[in-house]
Amino acid sequence: MQKPNSGSNFALTASQTPGSSKPDPILIADKITRQFGGLTAVNVDHVEIQRGSITALIGPNGAGKTTFFNLLTGYDSPNSGTWSFNGKALNGIPPHKVARLGMVRTFQLTKALYRLTVIENMLLGARAQKGESVLLSVFPWIWRSQEAAIRVKATSILKNFKLIEKQDDFAAALSGGQRKLLEMARALMVEPEMVMLDEPMAGVNPALKQSLLEHIKELRNEGKTVLFVEHDMDMVHEISDWVIVMAQGQIIAEGTPATVMGNAQVIEAYLGAHHDSDLSSEGA
Amino acid sequence: MDILFIIQQTLSATLGVNAIIFALAAIGLNMHFGYTGLLNFGQAGFLAIGAYSVAVPVITFGLSLWLALLIGIFNSILFALLLGIPTLRLRADYLAIVTIAAAEIVRQIARSATFNDSLGGSDGITGKFGKEFFDLNPFKQGLTTPILRFNGNDLWVVITGWVLVALITFVMWIMVNSPWGRVMRAIREDEDAVRSLGKNVYLYKMQSLIIGGVIGSIAGFVYALSRQSVQPDNYGTALTFFAYTVLILGGAARVFAPIVGAMIFWFLIVFIEQVLRAGVTSNIIPDWLIGVNQVGQIRFMLMGLGLMLLMIFRPQGIFGDKKELALDAKA
Amino acid sequence: MERDLNFASKKISARLILLAITTFSATAGISLIATPANAVEKPTKLYGVVTSSTEQPLEGIGISIEGPEGFSADVTTDSLGAWEVLIPTKGTYSATINEDDLPSGQALTDPTKGTAKANVFMLGVELRLLFPIGPGVEKATLLERSAQLTVDGLILGLIIALAALGLNLIFGTTGLTNFAHGEILTFAGLLTYYFSAIAKLPVIVAAPIAVVLSAFISGFLQDRYLWKPLRKRGTGLIAMLVVSIGFAIFLRYFFLFLFGGDTRQLPQYAGQAGLELGLVNITPKSILTTVIGIGFIVFATLWLLRTRMGKASRAVADNPALASASGIDVQKVIRAVWILGAALAGYAGVIVTVNQGVSFLMGQDMLLLIFAAVTLGGLGTANGALVGSLIIGLFVQLSTLFIPTELKYVGALIVLILILIVRPQGILGRKERIG
Repeated sequence: MQKPNSGSNFALTASQTPGSSKPDPILIADKITRQFGGLTAVNVDHVEIQRGSITALIGPNGAGKTTFFNLLTGYDSPNSGTWSFNGKALNGIPPHKVARLGMVRTFQLTKALYRLTVIENMLLGARAQKGESVLLSVFPWIWRSQEAAIRVKATSILKNFKLIEKQDDFAAALSGGQRKLLEMARALMVEPEMVMLDEPMAGVNPALKQSLLEHIKELRNEGKTVLFVEHDMDMVHEISDWVIVMAQGQIIAEGTPATVMGNAQVIEAYLGAHHDSDLSSEGA
Repeated sequence: MDILFIIQQTLSATLGVNAIIFALAAIGLNMHFGYTGLLNFGQAGFLAIGAYSVAVPVITFGLSLWLALLIGIFNSILFALLLGIPTLRLRADYLAIVTIAAAEIVRQIARSATFNDSLGGSDGITGKFGKEFFDLNPFKQGLTTPILRFNGNDLWVVITGWVLVALITFVMWIMVNSPWGRVMRAIREDEDAVRSLGKNVYLYKMQSLIIGGVIGSIAGFVYALSRQSVQPDNYGTALTFFAYTVLILGGAARVFAPIVGAMIFWFLIVFIEQVLRAGVTSNIIPDWLIGVNQVGQIRFMLMGLGLMLLMIFRPQGIFGDKKELALDAKA
Repeated sequence: MERDLNFASKKISARLILLAITTFSATAGISLIATPANAVEKPTKLYGVVTSSTEQPLEGIGISIEGPEGFSADVTTDSLGAWEVLIPTKGTYSATINEDDLPSGQALTDPTKGTAKANVFMLGVELRLLFPIGPGVEKATLLERSAQLTVDGLILGLIIALAALGLNLIFGTTGLTNFAHGEILTFAGLLTYYFSAIAKLPVIVAAPIAVVLSAFISGFLQDRYLWKPLRKRGTGLIAMLVVSIGFAIFLRYFFLFLFGGDTRQLPQYAGQAGLELGLVNITPKSILTTVIGIGFIVFATLWLLRTRMGKASRAVADNPALASASGIDVQKVIRAVWILGAALAGYAGVIVTVNQGVSFLMGQDMLLLIFAAVTLGGLGTANGALVGSLIIGLFVQLSTLFIPTELKYVGALIVLILILIVRPQGILGRKERIG
């Protein structure tokens, strides 16, 4: 049952220009710039992300996508600009607080915690586990039952992601694709409102890719917002409600997948970087 | 060669005061480095602060020993905060350098002529500041057996010391296996990942620094009390490095590792020293190769060499699991 | 793979055993020559010669000696300015000069050096103690003191820079934070002492020999037999750091074992008088060693900028995989960097030895300053090491205008901590990216 102007429907009405406003934005950013020495890595004038949508952030390598992610989630400070999540200003908010507010990200270079087991990775994601406090940790009876409840939730997510058999293996023992799944599953333990995935498909074999796609769609069905960076255009086409294109730090196009793919500027941005690549081929 | 004497000296050292001191120092380092991945190279500074906090309030200000111990804990927490607040957001190797520098600053100030009056300068402080502790000793006669020997004071320190070690180890075991411990181990792997899950990494690192530092200061309490003397040059960087040796020997990130490491370490050191000494005095080892007064130096040489070989051939130590290596090939 | 590792580790252990045996045999040989071993028949004494700033012997100066077990003695210098005291036991002794006995126009150049301490580790030795005497008792003006300290600071900065350059290059190309770097200085200093005091060569000959041997042993051999095998088997960086710590401890006590605990002075130039150059007092040996040192730095900088090997080493420091892919022999570059670094650091050790003497602790004392300089300037940047060294050197010396001399290292260390808080990447370093 979808509300009007919700996740996917907004695509019919929002203007297909960079920085267009959305009917119910969960994230709004203004005049965000980030310079490294003489180089301007990010220069975003205005962008709004629709609540409950799956939005893809694409662009050639070096366009500033990951830097933009880092800025939005507090891992880096912009030289200028303001942005807000659910109306709350995020300037100067450290990354762990951003996560607690409901905006959880994954990393381009997967950060599965290698010397923890899969299940430990998951349990780590839980919010408000009393045993994580230094004082209360000394009294196991206080946190044991909570731990058991969290474990139930974790195993159900792991089953969903087909990782349940590996739950007692060290994360180091998983394949690259499985680690990506683990990172995503772990992020869900935090009960985010918005999930930001940085290249979730990179290095994942085709069989797992389909599985990942399904999981992302499920997130939207549960009312979560997804913003993801990707190079795999087929995937972008298949599941995104909306596409934002960055090149050289700026947003050069926004719109539905079909519109954006045909945009001359976008094609040039990519061809400028890769002369021979077909926009619909695998990655960059 | 008096074999029995060698055994007695060696065994007494294995169970003795030095083993306790190093076990405690290494337990503190285990919290820092083994479980949280903090490269604290200034552990000697925490020991110094503990030691001086025991001696100075009693000798210079006439306070009670028990109050001095509380002051010591407080000073230790303060030092950890001073160290941690500015530096915990620095990269690992920077933290290493800053902590060495901080410990050196502590030692330089302790031995300076400027603070001679309260801190005793380069000669340190010697006095009966442990009186209130030793008055409680029910074993004043000590222990004398052919294979184990402690005088009255030492016996008391040894008994209370090992009880203390056991208590601290037990609490640490609970904490490390709790969700809090899990966050620590995760921080050791990758701080940014832990932040993305909503945990305040900085706070956790500070807690680790404080806990490990306080345990280090308790080691300093034992050091000062056992000898009723505090010498600033005993708290140099070599002390920190040997504490690391003990930790790695046992196998970092295993709760019992520091205890076993400390015992084996002192067993080896004293055994080798005793054998060398006996060899030199009975002329099995010729005078021109090693003089009687050089045995101590050989001991340190072997400690350095031992650390190297340990790191090269068995970095997981005795108890460590190669898969869970505290010192990662990629680190 | 398993078998290769086994073989590799067997080779390494064989080499280490060989190294150990060689070292111990060398010890046997050298200890025969280096220290008057335990000939208990020889008396143990402390002695010295008190001369004026113009090398004239000073007669009738009182020296009082105190030692363990309540030992105390008073002596006065004879017509040759010489004094000596026989001492009964091992321990720490201190000799205090009676400044009132000094003639007018002469005074201690450093008022805190009125008491000389000696650690007597073993009997049957003769230890020489020095009191630095200089002209004039007039309180130097702030300007004079500042000028003097600035020059001293620059010289200290140069010494640190020579060592720091090598450390930085090694860190840049291999990632190793070498805690045994200070021992390269000590080793070269001890070699200089050995060749001049024991083998009786003139210092002018001994010093270059020491530098060449330093480059060969502390550079070439150390990389070939210790660090290269470790790199080959993929030892992690923190593990290598800890290995270097163990190595430093081993070497330090090995030097103590061979040469004893005192500061050894070279037989020539020990009490050289300073020249008055404007506001500043500086000894000729200091000028000469400094000028040569600057020459070394210029040479190293040119090497880095102009030669093929030098450029290759910068490439490796920047991106080893890429450098290797473009045909650079990375292992060769690393070897060259070690040799150069050891030569520079060795010469730094020579400077300190010629001007102040050498002891087994030289490396340890310098190490923290070297780290401070490199960190301050920015780990991994060559210019950073230079800048950081000069700043640390100047700060250490100039800070004595405001804080007691004994705490001057504390000042530098505090500055280091403060700069790291404000600018963690150092003055010239680059910030790192997350993600």
